[in-house]
Amino acid sequence: MGKPTKFLTSSVGRKITLALSGFFLCSFLVVHLVINLFALKAKPDGTGAEMFTQYGDFMATHPIIRPLEWSLFAGFLLHAVLGIFLFIKNRQARPVRYDMNRPSENSTWTSRFAWLTGILVGAFLVVHINTFFIQSRFIQHRPMIDFIKEAFASPAYVTFYMVALVFLGYHLKHGLQSAFQTLGLRVGRYEKLIDAIGVVFWLLIPIGFAIIPLYFLFAY
Amino acid sequence: MSEQTMNLKLKIWRQKDKNSKGQFVTYAMPGVSPDMSFLEMLDLLNLKLVRNGEEAVAFDHDCREGICGTCSMFINGRAHGPLKGITACQLHMRTFTDGETIVIEPWRAKAFPIIKDLVVDRSAFERIMQAGGFVSVRTGGAPDGNAIPISKAVADEAMDAAACIGCGACVAACKNGSAMLFVSAKVSQLALLPQGYAERKTRVEAMVAQMDAEGFGNCSNTYACEAECPKMISVEHIARLNREYVRAKLV
Repeated sequence: MGKPTKFLTSSVGRKITLALSGFFLCSFLVVHLVINLFALKAKPDGTGAEMFTQYGDFMATHPIIRPLEWSLFAGFLLHAVLGIFLFIKNRQARPVRYDMNRPSENSTWTSRFAWLTGILVGAFLVVHINTFFIQSRFIQHRPMIDFIKEAFASPAYVTFYMVALVFLGYHLKHGLQSAFQTLGLRVGRYEKLIDAIGVVFWLLIPIGFAIIPLYFLFAY
Repeated sequence: MSEQTMNLKLKIWRQKDKNSKGQFVTYAMPGVSPDMSFLEMLDLLNLKLVRNGEEAVAFDHDCREGICGTCSMFINGRAHGPLKGITACQLHMRTFTDGETIVIEPWRAKAFPIIKDLVVDRSAFERIMQAGGFVSVRTGGAPDGNAIPISKAVADEAMDAAACIGCGACVAACKNGSAMLFVSAKVSQLALLPQGYAERKTRVEAMVAQMDAEGFGNCSNTYACEAECPKMISVEHIARLNREYVRAKLV
């Protein structure tokens, strides 16, 4: 038989790496959402945000979080760079396009455009990280809750978040079941379970994130 | 037999040879019987072209009953045309409407270079098979067919994978030009059966390596391949290939 492959230069190995980094980022989404939901305890009189602020301080200052933070950045970078790399490779596999193509009859648009929803989520992240992480950690040195109150007072900014969360939802709708398939786990007997986990991720997590800006815009 | 005939327009990709630049040529096609198969309709066109001293449209065909996998064409934006679970030769003209323009293109993928008109070179699939799509056995007296028991469920699953006719519709339909459904059907068929079990580790690596070397794209799980496969081979086989690959690398 022919030669063995090198994991990271083989198509399947790269796909598995993309899937694993995707799962890692999904685990971060859960942690991120759970902590952020504590911000909902903030009351207009300025009280209630103590626990959220404590979490924020812990995340920003405790040494145990530093390696996790760097792993998270590395995970984002790996997922994005590998995703774009595979997208380019895949375009090269069909140098001449079809004159007439009806892909909507054989596949979902979320699966065909996962690269695009991914890029849009990535673009959102640049703005998002600047508004909160960079401003509070490196520039203004104020508690996170202040930035949340200020940013989500603007209807335009909240709308931008809602749109970004829709794209995140679509990206996860394809990405999560795709990652299970790439790891070889999406088979008959687990399909329903994977679909259920999928709904939690692509529907409930973006909704959970959406509640926070809406709370600060309308109820606060 | 229906007596009414159809008037069609055919927009067909014409390309002299591998190195020439191709283009679409539109042909008026009157007198098409709705009972004709798609290939019979092309035969009729070619008969007309030859009578007029023009060159016939080259297209691959052999068995004309959906089992050889040679009739590769992209019809109106779909691999093997608009219907599910059939090849182009099993497609009948009654599927189309009178006066319609039908666009006919070859499979388009870097790994399937066009030889002429609608004929593409699919020997990349043969090279993938040569890399690992076999079992190594000592020759000698034929063993008894029932010496190795195989459960019905496993035998059925292996048979479903073995139904692959290597037509290349999976590659043609995939937005990435990925050959994963073809390769996984072959890997799966052999990995499921005791005769293929022995070489499963080297097989999956060798076939994936050859698939990559041929310039096929990377699977992004759109499942267009499963939807367009004339043998309706399930993407569960792709999941199995992925498992086989992880197993080969880790175990």
